[in-house]
Amino acid sequence: MERDLLDWIGVVPLLPLIGAAVLLLFGKRIGEPVAGWIATGLMVLAFVWSLVMLAAILGLPEDARSQTSVAFTWLSVDQLQVNFGFLADPLSITWILLVTGVGSLIFLYSIGYMHRDPNFGRFFAYMSLFAGSMLLLVTGSSYLLTFLGWEGVGLCSYLLIAFWFERTSAAVAGKKAFVTNRVGDVGFLLAMFILIAEFGTLDYGATGAAAPGASSGTVTAVALLLLLAAVGKSAQIPLFPWLTDAMEGPTPVSALIHAATMVTAGVFLIARAHPFFDASGDALTVVAWVGVLTALFAGGAALLQPDLKRVLAYSTISQLGYMFLALGVQAYTAAVFMVLMHAFFKGCLFLGAGSVIHGNEENQDIRIMGRFRRFLPYTAIGMTIAWLAIAGVPPLAGFWSKDEILESAFIAGDYGVWVLGLIAAVFTGLYMTRLIQLVFYGNERFRGDAVPAVSGGSDDDVSATDAATTATAEQDGQEIDPADRPDALGYDPAFLPTVDFTEATPRTSRLDGHDPHESPVIMLIPILALATLSVLGGLINLPLKGLDFLDQFLEPVFKGVSQPEPDSFVEGLSLEGIAVVLALIGIGIGLLLYRKGLRNAAEDPIREHTGSVGRFLGHAYYVDDGQAAFFGGPGRATAEFLDEDVDQKVIDGGVNGMAKLVRDAGQGLRHVQDGLVRRYALGILLGAVAILLFLLVYVAR
Amino acid sequence: MIAALEITPSYYLILAAALFTIGAVGVLVRRNVIVMFMSVELMLNAVNLTFVAFAKALNDTAGQVLVFFTLVVAAAEVAVGLAIIVAIFRRRRGATADDLRVLEG
Repeated sequence: MERDLLDWIGVVPLLPLIGAAVLLLFGKRIGEPVAGWIATGLMVLAFVWSLVMLAAILGLPEDARSQTSVAFTWLSVDQLQVNFGFLADPLSITWILLVTGVGSLIFLYSIGYMHRDPNFGRFFAYMSLFAGSMLLLVTGSSYLLTFLGWEGVGLCSYLLIAFWFERTSAAVAGKKAFVTNRVGDVGFLLAMFILIAEFGTLDYGATGAAAPGASSGTVTAVALLLLLAAVGKSAQIPLFPWLTDAMEGPTPVSALIHAATMVTAGVFLIARAHPFFDASGDALTVVAWVGVLTALFAGGAALLQPDLKRVLAYSTISQLGYMFLALGVQAYTAAVFMVLMHAFFKGCLFLGAGSVIHGNEENQDIRIMGRFRRFLPYTAIGMTIAWLAIAGVPPLAGFWSKDEILESAFIAGDYGVWVLGLIAAVFTGLYMTRLIQLVFYGNERFRGDAVPAVSGGSDDDVSATDAATTATAEQDGQEIDPADRPDALGYDPAFLPTVDFTEATPRTSRLDGHDPHESPVIMLIPILALATLSVLGGLINLPLKGLDFLDQFLEPVFKGVSQPEPDSFVEGLSLEGIAVVLALIGIGIGLLLYRKGLRNAAEDPIREHTGSVGRFLGHAYYVDDGQAAFFGGPGRATAEFLDEDVDQKVIDGGVNGMAKLVRDAGQGLRHVQDGLVRRYALGILLGAVAILLFLLVYVAR
Repeated sequence: MIAALEITPSYYLILAAALFTIGAVGVLVRRNVIVMFMSVELMLNAVNLTFVAFAKALNDTAGQVLVFFTLVVAAAEVAVGLAIIVAIFRRRRGATADDLRVLEG
């Protein structure tokens, strides 16, 4: 009975994909708000079906909780056979519950957020496709099917980040996300090639079973290539700049990317391919260090961002770093736990940020906010809870998950990783406190006496160019259509909402003396639901024997892995105590600096007091600028050399030369066809004579 | 004297070769399409002659049967070929092979 049910896990990805197909074909005609309700309804249905799957798998004995159902043979080439099949096990079921559950809330929220957008139907079509791809990714029974979802997720991130493509910055950000992800995809592809060459199969079950017996070179190569793929998708060092630029997309998209889909795919991939990482200790070390360095660096970068969504984006990168750190010390369950908890509080934070932006005329500059709790009380409640949750204040969700990770790092003996992780925890407390205090508490700074948005007085050259582009964009927008353009689009393409770190001068408030307003109920319900989950989420995996439900549930997936566990309750408690104290120190510093808001909107205390170090952090270590300089300079030169010299001269020259040879030969040979019948007859005769001679001399001999 | 002259197949073959050569040269050197056509018939009949000669020499009727096929095909060819020549003649007031070179490359 349960086995039969589990064969139907494929229904979960199918439901949103049906929604995507319907909305892509008829989205425009269905229109608002029915298109949104169709997409949301199908997501809720998928969630319900995921619950059925959960019930089905819980009905099975623990050692039988893995079921592969094959729909059909996808590829059959020589020895290699790849099935289009689904794998139902605790890991995939955890993930489908997460994606459909949090996804449903985000979809519901989007109905309110995307209100009056002319492309309402298209938005929900892409969102459904996004969710469907992610579900395919996690339910696939082989690397190839996961790769299909993997690519689908990448495509949808491009479509959604660049959803407001009339805005050049959004179009560019979409391309950046796509291209950066492709770098990671190369790793995924190469890993699959090695798997085919070494094991002749791409099935998770078969490759996982074969991994421990393979040579150490092979498993390390596979593990590191899969890590490259995960680094691209999960925005780890050095492939993270795309995620902060992805803030150009509509805020529900950011929520979906950060909370439910996309970036957790990297964590999923490593958890799914854990036999290779287990077999290769070196790869695990690399994973742990990539994770902790990302957690630390992104946490530092988040401290100085003036943009509401960018703080959250760096925060996500940092939290993903924690998940990688957990994977690196083989604390797979802790990583999955963190994914779930992070989805709750980061989903809440992003939806809250969307609510703030929505109620604040698209302004994202936190320097000109302040005391919003008076105007957006429910959003304030939700985001305040999520703030405490992400900072790791007990007993909220983030406390349980993050402390379990740090504890695992200590127990695994990676003290360097542990110490850096603790410092990152201080950063987490600090940047989140700064954000929440500047937005919801302190003094009001949006009353209009702020300095004009784009004027001089910046400490960086770049801001001058930024101002110039803003001005040009405004002009362009007006040239095309003066007045009704913004209305027709539902947004103003000339207005660039994202505030770059280089903009030392705060923007002008767009409120025009009005107060910010609270969002409609349809947007508040998901925020408060996720806030509730951020409070209660920890209950699914308490660090006590018998209450660690997630540990028990995932146990069959990570069977045979010695996940780090505290030796005694006291050891666990003291380790968690250290982490909590450090998180509270971070929050304390934040409160000290920002409790009263900003005296002057242009003077951010951290930015003022850290000087060049601050600038270094604020620019995110110039990784983005460095990559831009490298690929814009030598990279571009190489590309141009390849284009102009290699491609146009050598390759095109070869192809065109061959064509010219044939053409010239034809030109010469056409004179043979002179239309004189008698000459043709002579040709036939001579040919016949030649054949006869040949037969006489060689054959008849 | 006359009885002593025995007619061997090689006589027929020599005759056939002579006829064939005359036909081939006729096709190549004459410009009048009708004469070229007749030359082709001559070549065909030269071949028929060799068939019959070998059939007699080897005592095998297959050669004679083949001749009938050749005759049938030749008859069909004549019908088509003459029709083409008539058609050309109507359009061009003449049937000189060298003038028909619209297919020149």
